[in-house]
Amino acid sequence: MKKILSGSLQTTILFLLVAGILALALSGSLGFVSLGFNSFLLSVQSWVSSRFVAIQDFLTVSPDVVDLRRRNSELEAEVARLQAQVVQLNNQVADTRVLAALVNFSRANPDNAYTAASVIGRDPSPFLRYLIIDKGSNEGLRRGMPVVTDQGLVGRVDAVISSAARVQLISSLTSAVNIRLEKAGREAILTGSVAGDLTLDLVPQDVPLEAGDLVLTSGLGGGYPADLIVGQVLSVRKRDSDLFQQAVIQPVVDFTKLKIVLVITDFRPVSIDPLIPTQ
Amino acid sequence: MKNLIAVPVLGLAFIVQMAILSRMTLQSGSIDLILLILVSWALQEQVRSAWHWAVLAGLLAAFASGLPPYVQVVTYLLTVALARYTLRQIWQWQILALFSVTFFATLLSNLISYLGLFLNGTLLPVGDVLALITLPGVFLNLLFVLPVYALMRDLALWVYPQEELV
Repeated sequence: MKKILSGSLQTTILFLLVAGILALALSGSLGFVSLGFNSFLLSVQSWVSSRFVAIQDFLTVSPDVVDLRRRNSELEAEVARLQAQVVQLNNQVADTRVLAALVNFSRANPDNAYTAASVIGRDPSPFLRYLIIDKGSNEGLRRGMPVVTDQGLVGRVDAVISSAARVQLISSLTSAVNIRLEKAGREAILTGSVAGDLTLDLVPQDVPLEAGDLVLTSGLGGGYPADLIVGQVLSVRKRDSDLFQQAVIQPVVDFTKLKIVLVITDFRPVSIDPLIPTQ
Repeated sequence: MKNLIAVPVLGLAFIVQMAILSRMTLQSGSIDLILLILVSWALQEQVRSAWHWAVLAGLLAAFASGLPPYVQVVTYLLTVALARYTLRQIWQWQILALFSVTFFATLLSNLISYLGLFLNGTLLPVGDVLALITLPGVFLNLLFVLPVYALMRDLALWVYPQEELV
């Protein structure tokens, strides 16, 4: 009897305990406990699951994984080779575009004979803006020949050896080019500078100068042929107190990106130095 | 025979200088790799002669550059003279010697180029030269002299192996 009572009491207590827990859970009072419990369960489950998957992968690994790895390395090598080929072809396309533009330029200006040359270097001194090109006296280049691109004047050949030549850019500080202002119809001298800017000095005050005016070679002095495009007037400095005005010229050629140039090989520069009276 | 190592080293350096470094400019200044090589070589204690390096570098530069031919020869000879003199004076502080010689040699190089152009009839504005060529050049040379020095030190140890103390 005592045993039955004891059993009933235990059942009742257990029932009341479960009912109480259920009531607390339903009323929301056990939310923090269930949250912690759930998260604990989830993390344990995740850990067990990941280990199981890893063991399963290890036991059921494909027998041809070696082949797959080999194939993968072959494809990676192929991708690298194709990427290198793409870069090479892009370079060739860029060169072809430049050459096509130069060919168009030479066709549009059939009066002159041209030799195309690649730019292979620059002067080691930062004081001078000279290019080294890969054509020389073997190809008929001579000192003083003008160098152009399809856009306009680059400079002139300063020194020549059998298979290379040095070109003085018009932006070099030792350069001076006789130019003609197309709109005003007046001549002036274009000089380079340390910074590589092109400037027009000693332009009389009465010459109308405006930004955007086209600057061409005049042919005076015999150093360059006439009517080669040099650039445009970028800005003008004009003060009433000065005798002359100055202008900064924007060259049509970007000297930093020159890759291929044309040398005008049938132009014979004339030196007028002996005709200049000495003091 | 050991002196012949100057030919391939300086030849390669000139190719790198003209094809690559002369295009990489800060303002209008650029790294003078030849000058850095000469400074680094002349500051190696075990190197017996750096003068022929200076002459060879000067001749190569005179051939390639549009500057008056004597400018580069004089510049590089004075650079080596400055480096050897400094090595004797402050031999305990190689890094100090390296940076000070690089600094003064760059200034010297620019000064001689300026004078050479002046004697040839080209007068340059001093302010522009200082701001656009000299200061950027000094900065770039000081920046790149350490790796060049490390390479030249290895080369010097290879050409003139030092006896090990037992």
